[in-house]
Amino acid sequence: MPTIDIEDLGLDEGALFLIRRALADLQTGETLTVRGRAPNWERHLDSWRRHEGHAMATRATPDGVTEVVLTRGPWAEDRWRGALATGQSQLEPGDLPAAEADAAWGLAARGATVEAGSPPIGFSLSTRDEIWAATAGELYRQAAAGQWDPQTAIDWDAPFDLPPVIEAAVAQVMTYLVENENAALIVPARHLGQVHPHYREVQQALALQCADEARHIEVFTRRLGLRGHAPMLSTAGGQASLHSLLRAPDFSTAAFLLSVLGEGSFINLLNFLHEHAPDPVTRQICRLAARDEARHVAFGMAHLEHRLAAQPGYLIRLQSAIEQRHEELTPTAGLNEEVFDALVLLAAGELTPPAVARGHLAVQRLKADMAAGRKARLLRLGFLSDEAQRLSDLHTRNFM
Amino acid sequence: MNKPSLVMGAVAYAPKVVTIWEGFKAAFAKQGLAFDYMLYSNYEAQVEAQFDGTIHLAWNSPLAWVRAERIARSRGLTVEAVAMRNTDCDLRSLIVVRADSPLKSAADLRGKTLGVGAIDSPQATLIPLHHLRQAGLVGGRDFTVRRFDVLCGKHGDHIGGERDAAVALLAGEVDACCMIDGNHLAFGLDGTLPAGSTRALETTEPYDHCNFTVSPGAPAAEVARFTQMLLAMRWDDPEMRPLMYLEGVRQWKPGRVSGYPQLETAVDEAAFYGPDGRILDADYRY
Ligand SMILES: [Fe+2]
Ligand SMILES: [Fe+2]
Repeated sequence: MPTIDIEDLGLDEGALFLIRRALADLQTGETLTVRGRAPNWERHLDSWRRHEGHAMATRATPDGVTEVVLTRGPWAEDRWRGALATGQSQLEPGDLPAAEADAAWGLAARGATVEAGSPPIGFSLSTRDEIWAATAGELYRQAAAGQWDPQTAIDWDAPFDLPPVIEAAVAQVMTYLVENENAALIVPARHLGQVHPHYREVQQALALQCADEARHIEVFTRRLGLRGHAPMLSTAGGQASLHSLLRAPDFSTAAFLLSVLGEGSFINLLNFLHEHAPDPVTRQICRLAARDEARHVAFGMAHLEHRLAAQPGYLIRLQSAIEQRHEELTPTAGLNEEVFDALVLLAAGELTPPAVARGHLAVQRLKADMAAGRKARLLRLGFLSDEAQRLSDLHTRNFM
Repeated sequence: MNKPSLVMGAVAYAPKVVTIWEGFKAAFAKQGLAFDYMLYSNYEAQVEAQFDGTIHLAWNSPLAWVRAERIARSRGLTVEAVAMRNTDCDLRSLIVVRADSPLKSAADLRGKTLGVGAIDSPQATLIPLHHLRQAGLVGGRDFTVRRFDVLCGKHGDHIGGERDAAVALLAGEVDACCMIDGNHLAFGLDGTLPAGSTRALETTEPYDHCNFTVSPGAPAAEVARFTQMLLAMRWDDPEMRPLMYLEGVRQWKPGRVSGYPQLETAVDEAAFYGPDGRILDADYRY
């Protein structure tokens, strides 16, 4: 019969922990002898074991020490009868999480044993193929390693002095970028709270995507006001385009419209600004933001590749999503003239006809690059060439 | 549910009482028993309702059992204890002093001040005072009794009186205080009484706590169904476990009345109830 000696440790000083552990090694009906000499320890043990349902007998030993014999009651293990297994904590390459995540798993760590009767927690994104991406874990790790501090990563004090007309163009572009980043933050944020925690890697990747977008909002806002300029114009067409992203019917469609098409084109725009921006601060923030956006696009692509492999018929849904969005946005003006003109001016550098011609050409090239990039991604997802071209052309004129 | 076939009384000593009995009611209904419950703010009204046809049975404190039994006997009726919790059997109370107190035994309490719980608390007032009387010490004559009345009429179900007395003990306002053994451990674990700051001066004899008391004339078949369903209730049933946890029970047991004689005597010594269940204590407000 196992015996433990709690010496002079009181049950309210930690001895309960030792007794509980010793009892855990016993089967129902087996006994444990406890010796102790703390004041009142047998009374405390009696009240505790009564509550837990263990039987108890007390006896005095020849050496004058009190011994208690506890007989393990059945209720401790009963509690874990019917407990739920929740899958595999660490996924090796090629492993998949569960196809359906049970609401009864709740907030438990994946792989934990969940007591039956735990409250079911409803997550609307609890089906693997609706959210999974094979590279989600890897993209999370890259994102965690790639986080940068707006305060130190950007040389805010770099000297530059721009003509007012150029500074105004920067302010207009920044105003436009912030509004796009707001949509890019809100779309994944809305999904994040709905993802069943079983799909941990997706949850983590989305969380850092939100962190990235929050940082982009920060740096674009800060550049906007760096020389004291106020935010400029926000158009109905631009907002209508972004609003349609917020209304995407499901996670996959949102990832497709926002990440694959929108953020993909956004990278072209950030690269354009990195090349043509008139000041070092704008160039730095666009370079860093573009690096983050590349991960967002990669996550969107990886998710859609997973979904289409599991459900090839979903391709037609993506096609109609583009078409429907195009229909909705037809009455709107798309990219506002003010932003377009600002981009031309930034690429031109000055208001002379030859410079403006250069700027205009650069913006035309930007639009062509965007369209080519969209088409390449659509081809990778399985659209045929003509279809990919047509759908790429239907993309919003607001870029995002 | 239209007309319940079995109505039980319970005292609402805490909000969880509603959760518990709503849950049990639903579980009983699933098994075909049209059970309902009525809440009382105090045990006195509940016991009285057992004799006017309002409730068929009552989830009674030990003191309420004593009173119900006395009323029944005085009227030539009988009440029966059909079930109780595993945790209701063989409790003991402690008379606790500060660790550095010079008090060594009950006799040393002479001339001192004892903190007790609510006036109607079996575990923190009536039984400890009875225990001291056995040792020849009468409260009010040989030592001063300071009452920590919290929620009177709830027969000490509320832990507050015992906690207040324990706090007063640490503050030096009383020389000793009374509490159920489990609360001495609980106060140690939650820091009310830092571990090692107090010790038990006296331990009472064991006594029993609550039971389901059947009213005279209750429908026997329904009471039997109720009892059978309680006894069959299992801690490994995940739907029942949260309710059983709230109720502080691992397993329901058949009722027994062998654990109440000590309280019977204590009630007489304190002149709390008369032999017919009348309330005698003029200080008792509920
Ligand atoms: Fe962004
Ligand atoms: Fe993004």
